[in-house]
Amino acid sequence: MRDAFVKELEKLAETNDKLVLLSGDIGNRMFDRFKAAHPERFYNCGIAEANMASVAAGLALEGFIPVIYTIAPFATTRCLEQIKIDLCYHNLHVIIAGTGAGLSYAPLGPTHHSAEDIAILRVMPNMRVLCPCDATETRLALAAAVNSHGPAYLRLGKKGEPVIFPEPYSFAIGNPTPVIDGKDVCLLGIGNTVPQCLEAAKMLENEGISAAVYSYHTVKPQNEEFLKDIFSKFKKVCTVEEHFLAGGGGSSVAEWLADSGISGAKLIRCGIDDTFMKTTGSQSYAHGLFGLDSETIRKRILGGK
Amino acid sequence: MTSSYDAAELKNASDRIRYGIIKNSSMNHVPHLGSCLSCTDILATLHLSVMSDDDIFLLSKGHAAPALYFVLAEKGIISKKEMEDYGSDGSLFGEHPPAHGIKGIHAATGSLGHGLPILCGMALAAKIKDDSRRFYTLLGDGECNEGSIWEAVMFASAKKLSNVTAIIDFNKWQATDRSREIMPLEPFADKFRSFGWETAEIDGHDHTQIFKALAPADREKPLVIIAHTVKGKGVSFMEDDNNWHYRTPSKDEVAAAAKELGAANA
Repeated sequence: MRDAFVKELEKLAETNDKLVLLSGDIGNRMFDRFKAAHPERFYNCGIAEANMASVAAGLALEGFIPVIYTIAPFATTRCLEQIKIDLCYHNLHVIIAGTGAGLSYAPLGPTHHSAEDIAILRVMPNMRVLCPCDATETRLALAAAVNSHGPAYLRLGKKGEPVIFPEPYSFAIGNPTPVIDGKDVCLLGIGNTVPQCLEAAKMLENEGISAAVYSYHTVKPQNEEFLKDIFSKFKKVCTVEEHFLAGGGGSSVAEWLADSGISGAKLIRCGIDDTFMKTTGSQSYAHGLFGLDSETIRKRILGGK
Repeated sequence: MTSSYDAAELKNASDRIRYGIIKNSSMNHVPHLGSCLSCTDILATLHLSVMSDDDIFLLSKGHAAPALYFVLAEKGIISKKEMEDYGSDGSLFGEHPPAHGIKGIHAATGSLGHGLPILCGMALAAKIKDDSRRFYTLLGDGECNEGSIWEAVMFASAKKLSNVTAIIDFNKWQATDRSREIMPLEPFADKFRSFGWETAEIDGHDHTQIFKALAPADREKPLVIIAHTVKGKGVSFMEDDNNWHYRTPSKDEVAAAAKELGAANA
């Protein structure tokens, strides 16, 4: 996702001279081509994220479209008040790109995990929360955020994620994208969990259960029509995310469901329990720990819990 | 430039502005009177005699919003009529500058430590666009406790934002105590110098000194002006008394202040 993000940024900057890239001293060499092409539109702001977010606000007040780039926890919670006041309250066109979000940097430990970012950012008025699932969708989501006004959080993984969409498609903020069709249950993969959802769908198929899988790339703004449709069509809807259960994309769906008055459909939420990772290990080890692996997703759907 | 007041006119305008702030504080129970009165002379000089129409000012110490509103009204940027509903339900004029709807207010401030960093972003934008506007902000001494101020101080110097001028309203108090008892700031100017800024130290109530320090000059570095001020300046019974950080004056106190400030109606 990281490489796709940079490539798209380089492409957008060629035709959009308002785009300014701010980095929090991260992405060694990654931005070399951007810097060479647009030296006046790249600024390494150092390890000072609060200032970087406010500087982005200042640039946006002057008509630029700044993109802030650093590791997800430092791009979000580290400078949260600047995001709330300077970006959201002023409704400025700034894109926050948080890399290594969720459990992407599992081995680095809880200092580098961001499992609360969706919850915290989605409650901010004006903020849009975008969780692309692969490289293609990263490019599409970035372009969509650059081409539409307002603050947006782009929740990125690391690199080398499995390809879900080999080719660009017609992406729209707020429109979840179908990956495979199904008729019994519906899996909403939020961000980089779509691969496990697809695996779980395959397992379910062998057991005679037809599962649809969507890339639920936009947690906010929420698409009510879409939710109404899936909760009336499917018996079970399951959200899967590298995020705490409290407040994440699954929670946002649960809030909608509670208010909707729809009864009969079942919502299952897969996410991280109310705990920090106490042992160390890879991203897939972390998935096992928190029940985000395909086998657990399968069991949860069969069990209905 | 819409207007340019000389020193005598600035003194008169500052008295008028002070009286407006005090009367409003009493009528609408708006606090932070001491903080407004300490920076009145600075804001008046900057807006009425220094800034051109295209220059930008952000009130980093947002709790002095009333001082800014009355200065903008004196300048004619906002009308006295608009100011009438100040402090009442439904008014745009908050106790801190809001994000939208008031001319001359470019950014919402009030959470301390935001104004200077936002200003740096705006000043950087001007450098990219190669325009010659100047960017000013007013900070409180207490506000300089915030880490984000020092992040911005490093940033402004690193990116050579010579179009930035920060003025510090050094009134030696913060909300609950003397600033030197909480987080000593001296040697204040040395701190900025060591971070790569140009510095000046002035009497923040002397309009001539303020004007000279703020006069545009070709520089290679950002400039900080440490303005020594008195909290509650202009009214004898408010001066250097930190109770006026939160207190609002009674009718009698407004009348007494009016007398000292030479205001016509008490």
